[in-house]
Amino acid sequence: MGKAVSTVFSVVLGILCCLAMSSLLGESPLRVLYILINGSFGSLSAVGYTLFYTTPLIFTGLSVALAFHCGLFNIGGEGQLYMGALALTAIGIMAPELDIFSAPLLGIGAAMIGGGIWGGVAGWLKTYRGSHEVIVTIMLNFLSYAICGYSILHIFKNPNSQSPESAEIGNSYLIGGFGEISRISPLNLSFVLALFVAFGVWFLLFKTVWGYEMRLVGSKPETARRAGIKVRIRVIEAMVLSGSLSGLVAVNEIMGFSHKFRDQFSGGYGFIGIAVALLGRSKPLGVIFAALLFGAIQKGSLELEIDTEKITRDLAGVMQAFIILFVASEAYWIKWGRALKNKLVRA
Amino acid sequence: MNQEWIYSGIRLSLPLIFASMGGLLSERAGVANIALESYLLVGSFTAAATMALSHSLALSFGAAVFACVLVGLLFCFFTLVAKADQIISGMAINLFVMGLIPVVCKTVFGLSGQTPSLSMNERILDPSIFIILALFAVAGISLFFSRTVLGLRVWAAGENPESLRTQGVNVNRTRMKAILLGAAIASLGGIYLSLGAGSGYTRNMSAGRGYIALAALIFGRWKPMWTMAGCLLFGLADALQIIIQTIPMMENGDPLPTQFVQALPYVVTLILLAGFVGKVRAPSAINKA
Repeated sequence: MGKAVSTVFSVVLGILCCLAMSSLLGESPLRVLYILINGSFGSLSAVGYTLFYTTPLIFTGLSVALAFHCGLFNIGGEGQLYMGALALTAIGIMAPELDIFSAPLLGIGAAMIGGGIWGGVAGWLKTYRGSHEVIVTIMLNFLSYAICGYSILHIFKNPNSQSPESAEIGNSYLIGGFGEISRISPLNLSFVLALFVAFGVWFLLFKTVWGYEMRLVGSKPETARRAGIKVRIRVIEAMVLSGSLSGLVAVNEIMGFSHKFRDQFSGGYGFIGIAVALLGRSKPLGVIFAALLFGAIQKGSLELEIDTEKITRDLAGVMQAFIILFVASEAYWIKWGRALKNKLVRA
Repeated sequence: MNQEWIYSGIRLSLPLIFASMGGLLSERAGVANIALESYLLVGSFTAAATMALSHSLALSFGAAVFACVLVGLLFCFFTLVAKADQIISGMAINLFVMGLIPVVCKTVFGLSGQTPSLSMNERILDPSIFIILALFAVAGISLFFSRTVLGLRVWAAGENPESLRTQGVNVNRTRMKAILLGAAIASLGGIYLSLGAGSGYTRNMSAGRGYIALAALIFGRWKPMWTMAGCLLFGLADALQIIIQTIPMMENGDPLPTQFVQALPYVVTLILLAGFVGKVRAPSAINKA
């Protein structure tokens, strides 16, 4: 419980810092806060949009969290989700006429395989070539932008559109939503999928031998090696799985919303996933709540761009950065708070 | 064409050299620094913004260096004082800077994500001053480590901070000096981007160069000369992709697909890291509290 309280405290501190900054820029912090909250939870459609933005963050947050448990820092979520989207688009365009049961399953599988391969490449380079996964995944991100940019403009081009996007995938791949909220917002069943996947990741990590071995590799690699665990294989498996979780972002975006691969659709879900995992303390349930907070900031800041003179949607990044910094340095603030309390008690 | 290629490769490697020298100082002191991207962004934005407002070259230089040192201070506070994870702090600062600059642009200039275009006489069209500064930075850092007491202490802070402590030297203060000096050097790379290579700041101007500088640093095994060689290699790869884009190379006379050609520097990075560098030994105390 103590940990949850201190996390909430860090989040509040981060938001306060950001509001203080917006007042320096000449916007009333109370008004900014009001627009943020009203914009993300004020109406049914706002809630729908917030949950729509939450869904990809759950996937990328789980992706980073899973890799983290195996001692890996996956900054490559962005590239992995694009490669998942590319695989999904390829399947959806090349085999458009399937029945409505196998098509969504095939699409989800393709997204996972596409992302998984890209994660696996990073895992292989790390274990067998000794290249650090942070630099490798950043380079793989850039490479994936190139591959995807080329593919959607030359191989899967949308003949009826001038914007950089692929043709539409077959209708059988589309997944629906639930009720009124999905009619007025892009929220779709991927959100439910995300919750199931979160449960699956929790079960895998904390209830199976495989998950235990992976966590041991992450926390005590030498012990794991002596216990006869195949450390390298576990590392590669973790990166493949982590990549396939990021790949699932494509399901929400393409099968649930736009039906095509729009160039650069993500805008940083893979990177925000790092913050989500950190805030959620790499626990699946924590990831869900953290994704909800960051999804709300994402949606709320879009309203800020419309409703204020000076603030753009980029403020979301500033707020997320403040939250990350405060969560990452929590121990320091707790110590600081204690020292302050002691001083006050003595006085 | 060869001469043109080499010349443009050198120009393109300039921001990388400044950024990687900044990173070298920080990482040699034992602090992993992926906030190099922030230095480049803040340096290029501050230089261009100050130039647009004051039209003074000296003021733009000063402001850019000062702003980067402020970013360095923020990084120091979270990594050294608050003991947050170094990679995560660096990521967060990059995110912070990428969000802050567009908001400031909107507030100050009313433009979204860029500064007003600069006129010819407000830019530094001749890159030789930057080339000289870059050579000075590389040579200076080599001498700094081999000839100065502070350089030796910075080295020790990265390899064996305990030995420094037993001598009664403040490890955090040593690291802070290295990081702030590094920030000041890296800011020159940002200034070159917006005043030398470009005419003002454009959105996300550094385009990942901070990360490539980091790769060059690993490629150069945290040694100044080798790191500079790595930067030149990436600069030449970058120049090559610009040249290839204009030459018809496919059978039907079209140029090669731009996306792949643009990815060339990143592919080179990957191949170099995986194929030739292999397992490298980073400064021992890096990313440990």
